[in-house]
Amino acid sequence: MLKKITAVLLLATAFSAPGLAYAKDATLAIQMTGYQGPPAYLAVYLTKPDGSYDSTLWVAGGKSKYYRHLRGWIRGVSNSNERLDSITGASVGSGRSMEVGISIADALIDAGYSIHVDTAVEHGAENVDDVVLPLTQAISGTVVAGNGYISAMAVTF
Amino acid sequence: MLRRLHSLPGLIAGLIVAFMAVSGVVLSLQPVLDHATSAQAGSMSVAALAQTVSDALPGVTRIAHAASGAITAYYDAGAGEVAASIDPATGKVLGAATPSPVFAFFTELHRSLFLDMNGRLASGLGALAIVVLAASGLFLLANRLGGWRKLFTTAKGTLSQRLHVELARLAVVGLLVSGFTGLVMSLNSFGLLPGTDAPLVAFPTSVDGGTPAPVAALTALQGLSLTELREINFPYAGDASDVFTVITASGQGYIDQATGAWLSFVPNGLGQTIYETIYMLHTGQGLWWFGALLGLASLSVPVLAATGTLIWWLRRRNQPRLVGTVAARQADTVILVGSEGNSTWGFAATLQAALTAAGHKVHAAPMNGLATSYPAARQILVLTATYGDGTAPASAKAFLSRLAQFAPLPGQRFAVLGFGDRSFAHFCRFAEDTDQALRLKGLEPLLAYDSIDRQSAQSFAQWGNGLGAALGHELALAHVPVLPATRELTLLERTDFGTEVQAPTAVLRFALPTDKASLLDRLLGRGQALRFEPGDLVGIVPPGDSVPRYYSLASSSRDDVLEICVRKVAGGVCSEFLHGLEPGQAVSAFIKRNPDFRPQSGKAPVILIGAGAGIGPLAGFVQANRRHQPYYLYFGGRDPASDFLYAPLLRAALVDHRLAGLATAFSRVVGGRYVQDRVREDAEGIRKLVANGAQIMVCGGQQMAQGVRESIEFCLAPLGESVSSLRAKGRYLEDVY
Repeated sequence: MLKKITAVLLLATAFSAPGLAYAKDATLAIQMTGYQGPPAYLAVYLTKPDGSYDSTLWVAGGKSKYYRHLRGWIRGVSNSNERLDSITGASVGSGRSMEVGISIADALIDAGYSIHVDTAVEHGAENVDDVVLPLTQAISGTVVAGNGYISAMAVTF
Repeated sequence: MLRRLHSLPGLIAGLIVAFMAVSGVVLSLQPVLDHATSAQAGSMSVAALAQTVSDALPGVTRIAHAASGAITAYYDAGAGEVAASIDPATGKVLGAATPSPVFAFFTELHRSLFLDMNGRLASGLGALAIVVLAASGLFLLANRLGGWRKLFTTAKGTLSQRLHVELARLAVVGLLVSGFTGLVMSLNSFGLLPGTDAPLVAFPTSVDGGTPAPVAALTALQGLSLTELREINFPYAGDASDVFTVITASGQGYIDQATGAWLSFVPNGLGQTIYETIYMLHTGQGLWWFGALLGLASLSVPVLAATGTLIWWLRRRNQPRLVGTVAARQADTVILVGSEGNSTWGFAATLQAALTAAGHKVHAAPMNGLATSYPAARQILVLTATYGDGTAPASAKAFLSRLAQFAPLPGQRFAVLGFGDRSFAHFCRFAEDTDQALRLKGLEPLLAYDSIDRQSAQSFAQWGNGLGAALGHELALAHVPVLPATRELTLLERTDFGTEVQAPTAVLRFALPTDKASLLDRLLGRGQALRFEPGDLVGIVPPGDSVPRYYSLASSSRDDVLEICVRKVAGGVCSEFLHGLEPGQAVSAFIKRNPDFRPQSGKAPVILIGAGAGIGPLAGFVQANRRHQPYYLYFGGRDPASDFLYAPLLRAALVDHRLAGLATAFSRVVGGRYVQDRVREDAEGIRKLVANGAQIMVCGGQQMAQGVRESIEFCLAPLGESVSSLRAKGRYLEDVY
């Protein structure tokens, strides 16, 4: 599945003129573990080379009252004035997978930035950095395992 | 309209609503169990508790205080977060906290049926259906019983109807609360209620950054009581720029880990506070006893759904199919029907068939379908029931207003026949109003206004004779009101009274068939099963006749005998047939339950008043009075030597206290008088008994019942009570023929 989407995306990006693009279209694919409880909230975000918060890539789960449980992310986003409307989707249930298109600025790749994912489940665990991986060209398409509710994740650009 | 608003969503949403209710009942147990099992908070401060916990669990990330009072600490044990249960009084670790998989399963089932957003939509619609059903049902019930003040008067009807009404009355408030709060929660989960979410509180930018102080020393936490606390999030170990995040009942904020001071605090908005209250009411989390009450109310829902469907199906099944109705413009006879339940339609169908057979062109329509004129009609026949307290039934609601547009033609005549139950205060009032209105409209009466008590096929046949005479031909109205299956009953023995005083009365005892009725039959209100109590009716179909005659039963099916008391009426087909019966001969019969004619249970007295054969069911009540409730019997006959029915039973009952008092009146002896006169003589005693909660039950002929009503009015006047006020409380019952 990932391969197929990668192929489609490669085709799509091949037709857009390089040099004019400031942001890359990327695909984020996440497979959840099987756990006891309602669908999980996820926040996918970038940190700067110094470790401080940069920007949000995707939020799974629409109720802002639960956001405080995504603890690493909320520290940064709560002071950022970012608009999350267009990068927010449904929460993800136990054993489910999700796949969304995100956009990453070209300039951040191979520049010391990292991708983080925080996860939380109602009456369950809160995992800061369920997944952390450096934002390098090399990680594109690589499947990595998570520490908490995430079983596997891949970012492809 | 109201009925449709009730039955339509009931049928469609019945299953999902019942499902939601049952899963809700299971969930209501959670706060109750939590309340029973979790220790309550002591006087420990939040600071001290947090210190104890972080000493025991060095990797602690947060402490959550649930509405039930349970405290759970989450800590990082190297491979993800682990939860531990904490003693609220001491802060000690009790062991691993394991959320119940059963309740987690039912929570998800209840709110989304494991179908994500589609399931949430279904469960939200279920909540909406509960609100619509509860509200429309409440209005329907008030309408049916004749007003809001009568909402709690005795329910009548078949077992399924009574179950439906009694359960609904108990549960309706709980169901409205559950439904409404559930609906609010559903709307909220779809993001349709802005302002109910806690706002995002900006992470503080000015953190002290100094050496972290011990948790117990943080002044902000010291000032916080455990009952106020919802959750504390600990800062990351080794990150001096991180802070404590604290959620309380009133808001959320951050505490500096070095100075122990509040860095910011944002109170909850009004919308959030209201929503949290609604959440608490729906789930019972933090209000366990309320949740348990809602759970109890929800238990009624599956039964309501089942009985409601049964009631709907029975009404539908009993809907008559009118064949051969002629267009309104061609008809020489128009039948207009005002019906709530459909039973009046059955009579209309019989009338239509008989008139059509007699060569008439008949158009039948609901009263609401009144045309502006009927150009070919010579007669307009109105058959109508009366609803609740004297108002129009469903199919006649618009009749009186449509009548204003109606233009009668010269020579058109009309007749109104009312259907009702004499035990209601406003017996046939709407039919009387209709008769008046048609008269004022200038139509000529074809027949004088008449009425039919409790669907009596006999009275209907009599009215048909009158109608036939007025139309100049024979008209036999043999109405068979969806007759139940009959059984053969064999006469065991008979005792004859009253021959000497020209009132031949026989007590007939029949043997019962051996098989019993099923619960389904009882729910469906099917009477053919032979289970009965004194006061129920037996329908007997005389040979060569299709119309049953009803007699009140003097025995219970537990006595293994069916006993009736029959007065021979000159020319009465059925009574003459029964009086000619010898032991060993059989009759075709079925039982018609009459659950509204029963003595009240408990310790309050019961006054039984009967004359002649009317003593039958009353003697049955006395015989069954094994608890020695104070029963007082007034009996009227002609001559104690000839028609003192049940004399041996009554004397024995006085001795063994099944009967507390017996008064008799005989009319054909010296100083003769009627039973109503005897009642009037005892005015003082009757008053006392009624003041002590007595119920009055009357059984006998029309004239006697009228006389007794007048006597009782006379007795009660000083009490400020009346026959109708007692009747409204189910304390004045009549079985009149």
